[in-house]
Amino acid sequence: MNSMLVSVLTAVAVVAGIGLLIGLILSIASIVMAVPKNEKAEQVLSVLPGANCGACGYSGCSGYAEALSKGEATVGLCSPGGEQCAADIAAVLGVDAGTTEKKIAVVQCQGSLDNTDYRATYQGTQSCLAAQKLGGGLTACAYGCMGLGDCERVCPYGAIRVCNGVAMVDNERCKACGLCVKACPRRIIALVPEKRAAVSRCMNRDKGAVTRKLCSTGCIGCKKCEKACPVNAVTVSGFCAVVDNEKCIGCKKCIKECPQGVISLLVR
Amino acid sequence: MLIKTLVSVFLAAILTENYVLAKFLGICPFLGVSKKLDSAVGMSVAVTVVMVLATAVTYPIYMYLLVPYGMDYLQTILFILVIAGLVQLVEIVLRKYIPSLYRSLGIYLPLITTNCAVLGVTMLVLQKVDSTTLYHYTYLHALVNAFGAGIGFLVAMVMFAGVRGRLEKADVPASLKGLPITLVAASLVSLSFLGFAGLVDHLIPLS
Repeated sequence: MNSMLVSVLTAVAVVAGIGLLIGLILSIASIVMAVPKNEKAEQVLSVLPGANCGACGYSGCSGYAEALSKGEATVGLCSPGGEQCAADIAAVLGVDAGTTEKKIAVVQCQGSLDNTDYRATYQGTQSCLAAQKLGGGLTACAYGCMGLGDCERVCPYGAIRVCNGVAMVDNERCKACGLCVKACPRRIIALVPEKRAAVSRCMNRDKGAVTRKLCSTGCIGCKKCEKACPVNAVTVSGFCAVVDNEKCIGCKKCIKECPQGVISLLVR
Repeated sequence: MLIKTLVSVFLAAILTENYVLAKFLGICPFLGVSKKLDSAVGMSVAVTVVMVLATAVTYPIYMYLLVPYGMDYLQTILFILVIAGLVQLVEIVLRKYIPSLYRSLGIYLPLITTNCAVLGVTMLVLQKVDSTTLYHYTYLHALVNAFGAGIGFLVAMVMFAGVRGRLEKADVPASLKGLPITLVAASLVSLSFLGFAGLVDHLIPLS
């Protein structure tokens, strides 16, 4: 009986002793090798959205918070957080917030299946990038949306959807993180400041006659919009209209003139 | 002779006794972290380091503390304790001296704390017998075995990351998508490792 008690007690003592030893070593190590925590960075991190989208140009929210705390980054880089987030960061850091423009993504193509058609039947990997690499894409128009949804898959907010063969942005949900802009192999998505302005939704640079055959809503480069604009915000170069978002006053004159229905308002 | 046995122990740990594919230990990180090649490599490197360190600590504890006092039945609980503490220590040291490595390993280190492959390596090595001397593995043998086991883990992870990369693009029946096809693929990879059985004994004849 006594020997059993002794063996049980030694076992307990050994395990407890080793446990205590490890605990001691760990606590000494954590004091000796303590890393000073960057409290400012953690505070900033807590007001960031935590989407880790990389729109600010740093490696995720923690990278941006780190840079902010060292004063290496400017406040308004977080586009998902918008002005509220910039104000919060400014409050934490004690600096002036300034103003950040809210931007949204815009798909510069309206070539839905009603307006244009596929060049060939494509049964490969369902990805725009793959289709683009395989003989330059599957749509008749070499500039337009292929509708295989690379942008849809990459969007963390579910703000972009492919509808009837063309991607559409949900302005309410879009946080302008720019992931879709990078994902699109044809570079037809752009980030523009959200304001009541006209936007040309076509990137086709073919000559007018060619474009007209490919798509019923492609820019033919007729320059009617350019002439109609009272503030010279619209320019046509390479048979494609481009609206300068800064100059545009949202008068809708170009929209009324356009025979192809290419230009429309960004925000109604 | 010593070099020869060490090489044989090392190769056996990688190929014939691969802890993931032949002994089925550490399946959780094998399935969980093998989606991308770079994270698979990061995890494997961390596992290798912890395996060697853990063996370096647990082997003397077993041989010089538990066996002489007849308490070898305590090995499981003690080894878990020691490995958990060790991983914490490694984490503290890394955070202080190699912060870049700490950030890239950050998520994997805590995962290793309860990794059964690490526990398996430290425990199974105690029962192994050197075929030339018919004694238990020496300290050096045990360390080489642990390092080989880590490299074996790396090999399995990298191979499986490649297999999974192919699976992503494959047209898989709807009912098999995701984990089921991953498990099937894992079993096939494991089956292929059966082909190494007996390889090391013939490659490096010891007697």
